[in-house]
Amino acid sequence: MAQTTAPIDKVVEVEKKQPFEWVAFLQKFGVFLFLILLIIFFGSQNPRFLSIRNLFNILTDVSIYGVMAVGMTLVILTGGVDLSVGAILALCAMCGAAAINGTGDTRSATPDPHKFGGLSWLIALLMCVGLGSVVGLIQGKVSTKFRIAPFIVTLGGMTVWRGATLLIGEGSPISGFDTNYCWWGSGSFLGVPVPVLLFLVVTVVGYVVLRYTPYGRHVYAVGGNAEAARLTGLRVDRIVTSVYGIMGFLAGLAGFVQSARLSSAEATAGLGFELTVIASVVIGGTSLMGGVGGIAGTVVGTLLIGVLLNGLVIMNVNPYFQQIIIGVIIVLAVGFDTYAKSRRGRK
Amino acid sequence: MSEFLLTVEGVTKRFPGVVALDKVSLGVRRSEVHALLGENGAGKSTLLKILSGAQYQDSGTIEFEGKPLGHELPHQRQQLGIVTVYQEFTLMPNLSVAENIFIGREPVRGNFLSWSTMLREAKKVAEKLDLRVKPLTSVYALSVAEQQMVEIARALTMKAKLIILDEPTAALSDREVGKLHQIVRDLKAQGISIIYVTHRLAEVKQICDCFTVLRDGQYAGEGQVADTSIDQIVRLMVGRNVEYMHGEHHKGEEVVARLEGITRLKRLPGSQAVPLRGMSLEIRKGEILGLAGLVGAGRTELMRALFGADLFESGKVYFEGREVTIRSPNEAIELGIVLVPEDRKQQGLFLAHSVRMNLTLPSLAKLLVCRFFIDRRKESALIENFRKALRIRMANQEIVVGTLSGGNQQKVILARCMALKPKILIVDEPTRGIDIGAKAEVHQLLRELASNGTAELPELILLCDRIIAVKEGRITGEMPAMEATEEKLLKLMVLAPHEQHAHIDAQ
Repeated sequence: MAQTTAPIDKVVEVEKKQPFEWVAFLQKFGVFLFLILLIIFFGSQNPRFLSIRNLFNILTDVSIYGVMAVGMTLVILTGGVDLSVGAILALCAMCGAAAINGTGDTRSATPDPHKFGGLSWLIALLMCVGLGSVVGLIQGKVSTKFRIAPFIVTLGGMTVWRGATLLIGEGSPISGFDTNYCWWGSGSFLGVPVPVLLFLVVTVVGYVVLRYTPYGRHVYAVGGNAEAARLTGLRVDRIVTSVYGIMGFLAGLAGFVQSARLSSAEATAGLGFELTVIASVVIGGTSLMGGVGGIAGTVVGTLLIGVLLNGLVIMNVNPYFQQIIIGVIIVLAVGFDTYAKSRRGRK
Repeated sequence: MSEFLLTVEGVTKRFPGVVALDKVSLGVRRSEVHALLGENGAGKSTLLKILSGAQYQDSGTIEFEGKPLGHELPHQRQQLGIVTVYQEFTLMPNLSVAENIFIGREPVRGNFLSWSTMLREAKKVAEKLDLRVKPLTSVYALSVAEQQMVEIARALTMKAKLIILDEPTAALSDREVGKLHQIVRDLKAQGISIIYVTHRLAEVKQICDCFTVLRDGQYAGEGQVADTSIDQIVRLMVGRNVEYMHGEHHKGEEVVARLEGITRLKRLPGSQAVPLRGMSLEIRKGEILGLAGLVGAGRTELMRALFGADLFESGKVYFEGREVTIRSPNEAIELGIVLVPEDRKQQGLFLAHSVRMNLTLPSLAKLLVCRFFIDRRKESALIENFRKALRIRMANQEIVVGTLSGGNQQKVILARCMALKPKILIVDEPTRGIDIGAKAEVHQLLRELASNGTAELPELILLCDRIIAVKEGRITGEMPAMEATEEKLLKLMVLAPHEQHAHIDAQ
């Protein structure tokens, strides 16, 4: 019988019994516990919150952030950051839509559903992820080759790609995709919304890559100590460039799903997403200094933001106030993480 | 008023696993230039840090101007008149000369900087030091010697009574050294005392009045420079006439690698790397080749050049008979050249990660299952093998490497390198900062491996088959370890070539 499962983690058997450390426990599972508490709280306030439909709603809402947060985890693990993900999302969606738009006139045009024999979604998808990867790799290459901080390169990229999107779309959206295309955004498979399934797949792949492949170890190594990584023979620049490529790929995928969900590619899509995505990763415990963190935390961080947003809406909290709450939670989560680390360091 | 400006008595400083200073004493008189001497690791740096207030002694007393010093912070010590000019400069490269001189003590008028006072005072002190740069020049545009002058200018404006110069001439050219010596004499004439740390014994003869020698963290002796020969000082620095048990020495015949005229005169950006001035050597199969040299001699730089960690301007590298160009550590490792870096924590380890990750990182390509995934069973077995072979003491493979002792950390790096089955293993200061027991174990490992590296003198003689002495980016001598003594090597390491001849003639 062919065994193709990934090797199983055997950490548990070597762990020794130690007195229970609350701070360490909370540092590891604190955000997760907070997520559970929030769900219970919102559930008790309004039973509608816990309905299957609403839970799937939350998951669908976060899946676009979540897909990008997986890529952002890799980027932040290397000690970098990518501010351009929202703009890349919009650019890819727009180019994907333009590619299947047969009329040649982009202005408020509706793509012809029969033009590519019902496979227009595939062309758009390939366009999205391909373009996203290329754009990401360019940013990574510029950053490593000319030694410009990723923050700066992607800050520039953020406006460059947004501008390019406006140029290509001539300022107006492309909307009205065929049903096959829209299935990727609002359809479901075995009762689960497609975006949620995509989020799940990306998460699992990301988790496995980071934990069980040499590449994953290399990403941690580069972020942990770049000079040591170089002297150990790792090609640091290549690894750093690649994570921006992966980030771009996933931003492109998110753009595809978003346009399918709205049945429209808009130049303003994904505006401000970069901050939500970075927040999810950081709330999940990945250190902005690089080298520490992982996908599991990012998933929890993403869900936390989704639950908060959804719960606050259901409770009819003033939308302005929602923003304040989310900001405070980000600072608290990271603040606690730092506090717990300094506590442990002192022992 | 006492004759002594500074008296250090019975000062002891312990670090985890090491006694850095053991009941050290030192007395500096008013307006005297006092040389503080000793091999690398003798405890000079620790003593300087304690004097400047960066660290405090565990026991013993320090008196300055007859008053005992307590736990003053560095800037409070400076206000008292003790100012240290460190080997690594503490200037802010983006600020101007004047701003650097007055940093932290800027002259003010009301709540605002008084630029006019600052510029006037900076100009005055620069003239005193014959420093010909405009006060508004940014420090990064200055030469190393000029930067040093700025540091000294800062000390002068603090009304220093005691200036500590930590290897001030290590990075200077001959002409600049002459200028610095003149300044030291001027300072002395103004009644300022100076503690002068140096490895150049000729310099001690030229400008110092007295000297104190430290050895292995202990006081080894003191005297008047005028009454003492360089030979006597060297003997004090080396100390014991211990006979070392030589291991079985190899006489390698087959040449694995040959370096020819490795040269790099330009400064590396952002580092204090020593220039390499045409260094050539051969590395033979199965031998341990030792590189003997003081800090700043160019040992580390030469090894990093061979490993592709830093590039060099000219020179050739032959490996197994072919000329090769090694542009990165990655390429060196593919050839079979592996480096155990000098600074374990900054350059070697991923401190926040597990022993597992640290040990197998470069070997993962050989530990795969289904092409893409790490085979944890194979990986664990590899780690377990090395744990046994190297006697690494660790609770389990997932333990964070930063929590291990220094010796065990070093063994993890050695294991990582050995797992690559290198043809040449470069080991830079393999036993720095680790305790004696672990030292012996690391030695034994290297003997078993037959590799090459750089280390403390007794260590080199004990460990190596052949030793090459290095000084100021040049190779100054070579001898089989059987014939080497600490004195012979130290002379090669501290004296310029013409001084060596003069010295032999004198005997």
